[in-house]
Amino acid sequence: MDYFLELFFGGLTRGSIYALIALGYTMVYGIIQLINFAHGEIYMIGAFTALVVASALSLLGMNGLSLLMLSGVIAMIYSAAYGFTMEKIAYKPLRDAQRLSPLISAIGMSIFLQNYVLLAQTSDFVSFPALIEEFPFMESVTIMRSSELVIVVTTAVATTLLTLFIKFTRMGKAMRAVAQDKTMAMLLGVNVNRVISATFIIGSALAAVGGVLISSHIGQINFYIGFIAGIKAFTAAVLGGIGSIPGAVIGGLVLGWTESFATGYVSSDYEDVFAFGLLVFILIFRPAGILGKTTSEKV
Amino acid sequence: MLKVKNLHSYYGGIHALKSVSLELSQGEIVTLIGANGAGKSTTLMSICGIVPPRYGEIFFMGQPIHHMSPDKIFALGIVQVPEGRRIFADLTVTENLDMGAYLRNDKAGIRKDMEYIFNLFPRLAERRRQLGGTLSGGEQQMLAISRGLMSRPKLLLLDEPSLGLAPVLVQLIFETIQKINQENKTTIFLVEQNANMSLRIAHRGYVMESGVIALEDTAANLLKSEKVKAAYLGL
Ligand SMILES: Nc1ncnc2c1ncn2[C@@H]1O[C@H](COP(=O)(O)OP(=O)(O)O)[C@@H](O)[C@H]1O
Ligand SMILES: [Mg+2]
Repeated sequence: MDYFLELFFGGLTRGSIYALIALGYTMVYGIIQLINFAHGEIYMIGAFTALVVASALSLLGMNGLSLLMLSGVIAMIYSAAYGFTMEKIAYKPLRDAQRLSPLISAIGMSIFLQNYVLLAQTSDFVSFPALIEEFPFMESVTIMRSSELVIVVTTAVATTLLTLFIKFTRMGKAMRAVAQDKTMAMLLGVNVNRVISATFIIGSALAAVGGVLISSHIGQINFYIGFIAGIKAFTAAVLGGIGSIPGAVIGGLVLGWTESFATGYVSSDYEDVFAFGLLVFILIFRPAGILGKTTSEKV
Repeated sequence: MLKVKNLHSYYGGIHALKSVSLELSQGEIVTLIGANGAGKSTTLMSICGIVPPRYGEIFFMGQPIHHMSPDKIFALGIVQVPEGRRIFADLTVTENLDMGAYLRNDKAGIRKDMEYIFNLFPRLAERRRQLGGTLSGGEQQMLAISRGLMSRPKLLLLDEPSLGLAPVLVQLIFETIQKINQENKTTIFLVEQNANMSLRIAHRGYVMESGVIALEDTAANLLKSEKVKAAYLGL
């Protein structure tokens, strides 16, 4: 039973990270119908930013949760700036082009950012400090580490805040309106460029949160982590129903559990087989994903 | 109040508006009638900046607006209730109305205007928590007009508000348009294929054919004109 619970919480942790990244994919897709293939790189850049900041600050004697918070916030700001800039230079000029053009631009952006970090940093794995120390009250708990607890709680809080933002704020309503009918939103005074920028900023900041937390949990990063996590999170977004915010969370968790149990009960060699097998299975029986709308009701 | 001068608009190679000129004065109801494909909707979309004109000029209260972005034009007080209503299907009735007040910050005024609207259309008040997509065609038209009113427009552009509605509802919509014009002194530009009804509530009218203004006169004269009778009134 303990082994099962361990796998359960392991899957929940992994799934939370997928969910944090998948939110960015699904929000951008909902607004401009673009699969932002470079989104994983934003997550990777968030992790590297936190590493640099945390290393510098620990030299100044800072440690523990305040170090995590501060490096996390700076990583969010930095990643958000990257996301914002990326949209302006790689996607905005192509907004009226054929559908394939921004997709190719996204792949180019992804390759560019990976190589940029490869050159600026290193191709090797670098170790990432454990910013989340074991909490005293978690000492007797064997099935879950403190860092896992922090990841799950942070994801729950972030997702709740995002949901409230989308539901109640003026920008949140504008995002939903733009997703449904861009021209009508413009006719009501919505500056669509601003809404698109806000979407990239929020999605990128969430990805950075995921990047910082998981790096601290695992303990090492390299320039390639964004590519793999990006593909998994994209799978999660499609699994849950691309364009749907709760779908991204559910897709992330389902994927995390699938991988965790497959690794634990079968073999870690089969982790990806199960993950993508699940995707194929869902897409056959629910082509729009778990929470996606089966019928297109675009105006 | 609105002055359109020699406007030319295109969709790629299609020349949809050919030197369109028209004028609206403060407080008027002016109608634009014409067959399907004449260029009526394009005229409204050009005024709003969605289909920016290639040549020509548009002035609103003396200010040139033909190079402005749609959100800037809206902010000046021009709002369009487009053809097909374009209700946000996944937003509730109240949220759709909130979108009409997107640029406003006066909470008290917004609340007051919402009450005014729920008085104007009690049906919407009953359905305020329902999703826009679940409303009937007539209710969606009421909501589309109301959403436009929530911005407190100086100029209201209506594109075929009676399209696809049952006769009773058509009557209600036209009465409401007249009421909005009289109670709030809102200037109204009414695009219609239902020439009979729109000429009855309008002060003046324009007739459009293949992207050109073919006729313009007072609504009373147009109702009497043999040409209009034959082509648009089915008499
Ligand atoms: N989005 C579009 N793309 C290409 N052509 C269009 C588009 N919208 C309208 N048109 C063309 O422009 C002309 C005028 O259309 P429109 O303004 O919609 O007419 P109306 O509103 O009077 O029915 C028509 O010939 C129509 O086919
Ligand atoms: Mg039309």
